[in-house]
Amino acid sequence: MSPTQIAALAAGGAGLVVLALLPFYADAYYLSLAISLLQFTVLATAWGLFSGPTRYVSLATTAFFGVGAYTVAVLGEVLAWPLVLLIATAIGALMAMIVGISTLRLSGLHFVIFTFGLAELVRQLVIWYEVNKTRVLGRYVFVDITQNDIYWQLLALAVAVFAIGWLIARSRLGFALRIIGEDETVAKHCGINVTLAKVTLFAISAVFITLVGAIMAPRWTYIEPSIAFNPTISFQVVIMALLGGAHRLWGPAVGAIPLTLLFEFLSARFPSTSTLIIGIVFLLIVYALPQGVTGLWERVSRRKSEPPVAPQVQT
Amino acid sequence: MTNAIFTGLMLGGMYALIAMGLTLQYGVARIMNLSYGEFLVAASFASYWLFTGWALNPLLGLAIVVPIGFGVSMILYRVLLTPLVRRAPTRDALEVDSLLATFGMMFIVQGIMLTMFGGAYFSYSFLSIPVTVFGETLALNRLIAFGLAVLFGLALYLALTRTRFGTAIRAVAVDPSAARLVAIDVTSVSAFAFALGGGMVAAAGVLVSMFLTFSASSGVIFTMKALMVVVMGGVGNLLGCLVAGLALGLSESLVATFVDPGLTLAVNFALFLGVLLVKPAGLFGRAQR
Repeated sequence: MSPTQIAALAAGGAGLVVLALLPFYADAYYLSLAISLLQFTVLATAWGLFSGPTRYVSLATTAFFGVGAYTVAVLGEVLAWPLVLLIATAIGALMAMIVGISTLRLSGLHFVIFTFGLAELVRQLVIWYEVNKTRVLGRYVFVDITQNDIYWQLLALAVAVFAIGWLIARSRLGFALRIIGEDETVAKHCGINVTLAKVTLFAISAVFITLVGAIMAPRWTYIEPSIAFNPTISFQVVIMALLGGAHRLWGPAVGAIPLTLLFEFLSARFPSTSTLIIGIVFLLIVYALPQGVTGLWERVSRRKSEPPVAPQVQT
Repeated sequence: MTNAIFTGLMLGGMYALIAMGLTLQYGVARIMNLSYGEFLVAASFASYWLFTGWALNPLLGLAIVVPIGFGVSMILYRVLLTPLVRRAPTRDALEVDSLLATFGMMFIVQGIMLTMFGGAYFSYSFLSIPVTVFGETLALNRLIAFGLAVLFGLALYLALTRTRFGTAIRAVAVDPSAARLVAIDVTSVSAFAFALGGGMVAAAGVLVSMFLTFSASSGVIFTMKALMVVVMGGVGNLLGCLVAGLALGLSESLVATFVDPGLTLAVNFALFLGVLLVKPAGLFGRAQR
């Protein structure tokens, strides 16, 4: 390792310790803000894990998130907490594989449409099941999990998602996905099993999203389908990842932090018009920052380091 | 049984009408419009407002709402979407960009409607008179809506296949770069097709509002159904739209009658995936290259 890498690692470790000790010196408001920040950081990074390299826009974040939350609502009081999380992981992975295998073989378009409807589909199935089989709509979540526990679990999950993202980028799988993102036909001709690579990564990404849903569930104490499968979550995650730039591992996190703060502010100040304002922010990002903040940063730093001899070809 | 089939056919006709505008927008202008359902609901609200505020018959309201839908879509395409079309190096890139832009638009339109009308459900009573057809009782407003849907579909079909301009539209749908070679102004044809789709969705919104309850946030479900019909039928194909729409409507009403009304969406998705597993380009779609 080079000295700069060691320094970065040390700084990261020190930052992590400071973050881990946060519940001991922050009051309840800042703790809950930190939880929101971590939640969206993990969600956006997990989203970027799949959609970044492959450029397949997934609109199903809330479907997985809601499934995680519902798993806790159903099993939280019956089973031990680690076991509940494990089951949530399994369900999320299974669902991602079913969706992935049935749509990712076809084309990006079918995938987008399916993910667009997936949350609605799962929500309808949950309602149908609750109404017909258990005859309750809405459940209480009484588990022995405090805000501090939620915070630490999310922090651990954030570390895990970055570690796994870093490992994937260095593995054969990550390389294969970058080729798929550039040109899928070429990837096929190189002998890459395109479907397997895409489905694997989609499942990994979905597992993280499901886990966030499961971890966040105790925060609500009351859950019903319309809360757990809230479509704005899918939307917020996409806009955060886009603002940061989904082609870099740390890009989505860069977008998640300012936007979470903005959304907190908006929902507190302008509750009735927040949807409208968020939509406008989204459009501004799509038009003004197509590569995200990290893309802009890379362009600026490239321009500085190289004298402008020939125009750069943007890929 | 006959009642279920009738309901299914009418529902299917409605789906086909809803999807026709999208197949123009997506098939010709290459804009995957995720805010499509929001525009439909906006038209429903316009119709509601005209009917309750001005006592204007929704069928006459069509004459006001449809041109507005056309105009708004034209402006939208010219102002918001043309920069994306110019920027996009390939068709796939345009698809992703337009998807994201219209996703943002969806929340803007929804936000406007939420601030104007709130989140409650709306409906109005217009011509809900029972009529008997083939021994089955049906509501007159549904029948009229179905008839008009058939009429619009037929008119659109004839316009696309029998006129010179319609042929130009179809040429752009098949191959934009080759269309340019035979002196077709691709940009303006695309804009026109997008606007025509906007007019169709406005018509669908008015017709739907006559017999369905709607709220500011119910657009998503319309977008989803329309997308499913378009992709299932084969992008840019009106006949495919009709067949896929009817299939979707029939399966939905049969399941609602005989199995459980809570499972209609699941059946829609199953049908969608089933068709695409057999024919990835859709029922009437041609495989790409």
